[in-house]
Parts: sequence; C-alpha cells; structure tokens
Amino acid sequence: MKKIKILVLFVVSSIFCAFTFQNPEPIKIKGSDTVLPISQKEAETYMKKNPTSKITVIGGGSGVGIAAFLDGTTDIAMSSRKIKIAEKIKLQEAGKAFKEVTIANDALSVIVNPKNKVSQLTREQLEGIFTGKIKNWKEVGGDDEKIIAYSRESSSGTFEFFKEHVMSNKNYASTVLMLPATGTIVQSVSQTKGAIGYIGLAYMESNVKALSVSYDKGKSFVAPSVETAKSKKYPIVRPLYYYYLNADAKKVKPFIDYVLSSEGQNIISKVGYIALK
Amino acid sequence: MNYNSKKIFERIIELILQASSWFTTLIILLIILFLFKEGFSLFHKSSLEEGSVLVLNKTNILDKINDTDLKNIFDQNISNWSEIGGQDLAINLFRIDDISNYFSDEELGDTLQNMSYCIGKLLDSIPGTIAFVPTSYINPDYINNHPEFTGKIIDVANITPIDFFLGKEWLPTAHPVAQMGALPLILGTLWVSLLAILIALPLGLSVAIYMSEIANPKIRIFIKPMIELLSGIPSVVLGFFGLVVIVPFIENVFKLPVGETALTGSIVLSIMALPTIITLTDDAIRNTPKTMKESSFALGANHWQTIQKVILPYAFSGISAAAILGIGRAVGETMAVLMVTGNAAVIPHSILEPIRTIPATIAAELGEAPQNGVHYTALFALACVLFAMTFIINLLVNFVGSKNKKSHI
Repeated sequence: MKKIKILVLFVVSSIFCAFTFQNPEPIKIKGSDTVLPISQKEAETYMKKNPTSKITVIGGGSGVGIAAFLDGTTDIAMSSRKIKIAEKIKLQEAGKAFKEVTIANDALSVIVNPKNKVSQLTREQLEGIFTGKIKNWKEVGGDDEKIIAYSRESSSGTFEFFKEHVMSNKNYASTVLMLPATGTIVQSVSQTKGAIGYIGLAYMESNVKALSVSYDKGKSFVAPSVETAKSKKYPIVRPLYYYYLNADAKKVKPFIDYVLSSEGQNIISKVGYIALK
Repeated sequence: MNYNSKKIFERIIELILQASSWFTTLIILLIILFLFKEGFSLFHKSSLEEGSVLVLNKTNILDKINDTDLKNIFDQNISNWSEIGGQDLAINLFRIDDISNYFSDEELGDTLQNMSYCIGKLLDSIPGTIAFVPTSYINPDYINNHPEFTGKIIDVANITPIDFFLGKEWLPTAHPVAQMGALPLILGTLWVSLLAILIALPLGLSVAIYMSEIANPKIRIFIKPMIELLSGIPSVVLGFFGLVVIVPFIENVFKLPVGETALTGSIVLSIMALPTIITLTDDAIRNTPKTMKESSFALGANHWQTIQKVILPYAFSGISAAAILGIGRAVGETMAVLMVTGNAAVIPHSILEPIRTIPATIAAELGEAPQNGVHYTALFALACVLFAMTFIINLLVNFVGSKNKKSHI
C-alpha cells in the first residue's frame, strides 16, 4: 500500500515537472525596491493575459539589479537611478550593448511634522538643511527648534536622486540621520517635532505634512501631487528605468511594450507612481 | 563474517563523521579567507570613482590634492585654489554633465566624438578648472596621441589603513572621491554594545540569582519559559517595537529633539542580550556543587552570605562568559540597531546622540554598492573589523573559561 502511494506521488510529481519544463524560459526582473511594486503588478496582469509566459520579479536594490545584469543572471534590471559610468564601462568591456527604458516617473515629497509652522521651502534652503548649514527652524521662518534631517540610506536610489537634484551634488552632512526604509522615515517624522525628510509620493501618509517647494528662488511654490508632477510643475521628479541587453530584446520586448502601453501605464497610476503620459 | 561487516560499518561511520568535521572546518576557513581577501583589496583601490579621472589646467601648481580637500572643493566649501596651497585663482568645478553649458551639441558631435577635445579646450580656457570626467574621454593613450592636450591628470592616492581606521567621515557614495573613514562606525559599535551590557548585566544577574536561588520552583517554572520566549522574538520585531515605543519615550523623558539615540539602541540590544546572560548565569550558579553550599550553611552562614561569598565567586567565570557572550550578541546585531539608532555616522560624544554601527552599515549599504567597487570592498573591510571584534570576544570567553578549570581542579 505504502509503495503504491509513493509510486503515485512520483508519477504525479514527474508530470508536474514535465509541465513546468515545457513552459518557455521565464523572464527574470531584478533590482530597485522602488520599482518593485510596479514590476510585480505589471507581471501579474501580463501573466494573466498571456498564460504561457512566466515572469519572476526580485527586489534587492538598484545596485543588486545592475550587478546581476552585469553577471547575466537577470534579463531586466530595474533601477531608480541612472546606470553609473563604472557600470557602463564594465558592460562595454564585456561587449554587451544595452538599452535603457524609462517606464514611469516618481515624485519625491519633502515632509515635516504636522506641528511644524513651515509649509514651504526653496531648493537653496533644502540644500542648506541637508548639508548642515541651516540648523534651526527659525532660520527658515519656523519656531526656535533644532532641525532633525532624515534621509534614506546612501545605497538607495532615492538618496542619490535627492543629492543630485536638490542638493546640487553636495554631500549630506554627517549629522543627517539615515533610515533604512521609507516607512521608518514617515514614522520618525510623524513623532519628532523638528523633523524633515523626503519620501516617494506614493508613500504619503496623513500623519506627516508635505512641503511646497520652489526651484526659482522663492517666486513660486508648488505642492507635490500626481497632477503637478505630471505637468512638470513640481520639480522633484525622477524617472524609473528598465535596462535590458539588446541580445535579449526578443524575449523581453513584449513585456516592456505592455508596461509602456496605456493599460500598463494605468497600472502604474494605480500603484501610486506617475505614468509617462 | 558478521563481526567483520560490523567493523567495516563502524569504520564507515567514523569516516563520515571525520569527513563532515573536516568539511565544516574547511568551509569556515574559506569564508574567512574570502572575507579578508575582499576586505584587504580596499587598500589597493583609490577613493576616486572607478573609471573616472580628475584633470587640472597645466598651469595649476598643485600635483596632488588629498581626499578631504577634494571633497570640500566639490562641496563648494573651498572656492579658491589659494586655500589649499595653490595660486590665487577661483576654482571652477566641471562635471561631465555640465558640458552642455559650454558647448553646443554640434560642437560635441552626434556620437560625442569631440568630447575629449572640448574638455581639453575648456580646461585651457578657464585656468581654475578642475574637471571630473570618465577615463574613456581622457586617458593616458589619448594624451600620448594628442600633444595638443594640455590638461594635467592628478593622482588620487590609494586608501591607506590610516585613512580607513582613523578617518572621521563615512561618505561612501560621495562624488568624486568617497570618504571611507570607519572610526565613527567602530566607535559607534563599541559605544552602543558597551552601554547595552551595562544595562543588561546587572538586570540579568539579578534575575539569574533570583531564579536559581531565591524563587520557589513554581515561580521558576513560570519565569524560565518566559525568558526563553524572549530569545525567540525576531530582532526586526524588537526593532519596530523600539522605533514606535522606546524612541518617543526617550525623546519625551530627556526632552531631546530626536529620540533615535545610542541609548535607545542599547536598550533594545540589552533586551536581546538578556536571555543569553540569564540562561548562562543561571547554569553557572546551579553548577555550584551542593557540598560547597551545604558546608557554607554548616558554618553558620545565612542564605545571602552564601550567595555572596560562595556561589558568586564560584560561578564568577561562568558569569563573565555570559557577559562577554552577551556583548558578542550586541556587537553583531543588525536589524534592531538599524531601526532605532538613527544611523548618523558621527563620532559619539554622549549617549543621547544618534550613532551608526558596523552591522547596520553593512546591512543597509551592501545591497546597492556596485560589485567589486571601492564601496563594496570597504564594506568587506568593515566586516573584517567586525569579525576581529567578535573573534577577540570569543577568545576572551575561552580564556575566562580555562581559568575557571584551573582554579577548581
């Protein structure tokens, strides 16, 4: 009796294996945790529409994705930052030509504690705060309260983007607090009175206050929202990328085309990011 | 025959056991070798971003600029060459993305083939320029083949152990030169672990003495599983508890602008080190021979005197081992510390300031560091430092343990 059971189990599992092996090779997508929710949702709906296709999505960070891309262990690298020169040169040396596709945009909101009087800052003031030159809220029109600046970890694409686009490439002060995830930044800003931080628009919560930002030295301030980001009025917007090798184009192109289609872009809006069109 | 086959069987078992222990040892040695190989390659790397060079105008009298000055130049804290010993000339920063401010697309060429020429021209026309450009545009080959190119490439020295161990700034992704000073991280790790053990040891010791000597068996049956339960809580859960409960608590009690401090981290760590300390101390105390306790009572000593004069001295080495293992747990802890200490890489001056530890740094940064780059190897070097710390702690445990054996034989 027991032997029969084992035999049946064996037959069933081998049939199962045979079926999985019959399917075409899965597309592997790896990289940025910011892009992860988009890719997951897109892959889910894509696979529902094309039952024969198989897509695996793995997070880990932009650097991890691009490193896997260099090793050839992923077909698409997702990244919230542009590929670095050193990484580009490595790909060139390996003789691999690649393509960069912008799949969506993400806006960063600068957030403060709701008790904070300040509701708008210029880019120059933000730069001063994060480089440690402005230390007290009264210097920018708030109460006499020490400024506690929160940033994402240096490994995150968000960190790099904020540095390039808001701090004109200057380095963060070493007194800036580095937190590992967006959720912890929201949590800390909501419970610390003098706090300031930055998060992706999709992560906005009601227990923190988003600041309006001016990129023209205080002439006009724009509050972050999907509309202002789409119309390019809000200045702190970054593109999110997919990278793939030209040699893999045949395999990955249908999926990327789907992401860029109006249906795919709808999903992006639903997940909370900013669609391209 | 039967006897022989039994013998062969035993021999095979023996071989398997032997093989697995050799295999495990080999794997461990290979891991350590890998760690140190990767870590030490840091000192063969320069802190300049890979694949890039810094170029000056040929009339600039400086040949070498140190890392800190370079960082200050690119942060625009230094704006004149005279501030770092050069001529009186304003510094003009140039990054490759700025090229479009100086030249039109036609001048650069449709595949950027004139890029090198344009950079050279720019360097010539503005004598105070420092250009940070990819080597693919300006490399030794290019300079040898183009005598008209008059820029001067400056050397950025390799990172030295002094830069690494005594450097005060940890900015691993800074452009163009990364700052790899591990001192704040090393001190932060030691600081938070030491503080954690100062909190956990008296508490753990009291619980262990109470549990093994004073509490009646019924209470002991209740407390013991509770403490074992504590060691089963995942560190990320404790970290989250710390962030939501202890951080605001510290902020309010000490009237601080920010609650993510070394103290918060060490409170969370001491909670995690407690089960280790209590269990080991409890074992050490209960290992005291009954005869010794009874002789003490027979001499007329009361219970407290017996604990103080007989049991604690006897269990001393066990207690020290517990304390050291507790520190070991604290030194290596990652997730909880990452969430509650604020991770600002500053050298700690008080317990009410944010700090950054080595494990937190590795956990947070390894994911995005370009492989085999200088940042990646710096993280491995940090891992070597952490390994050395825990290795020393383990040696201490062995040392204390062996001392114990000698004194009681």
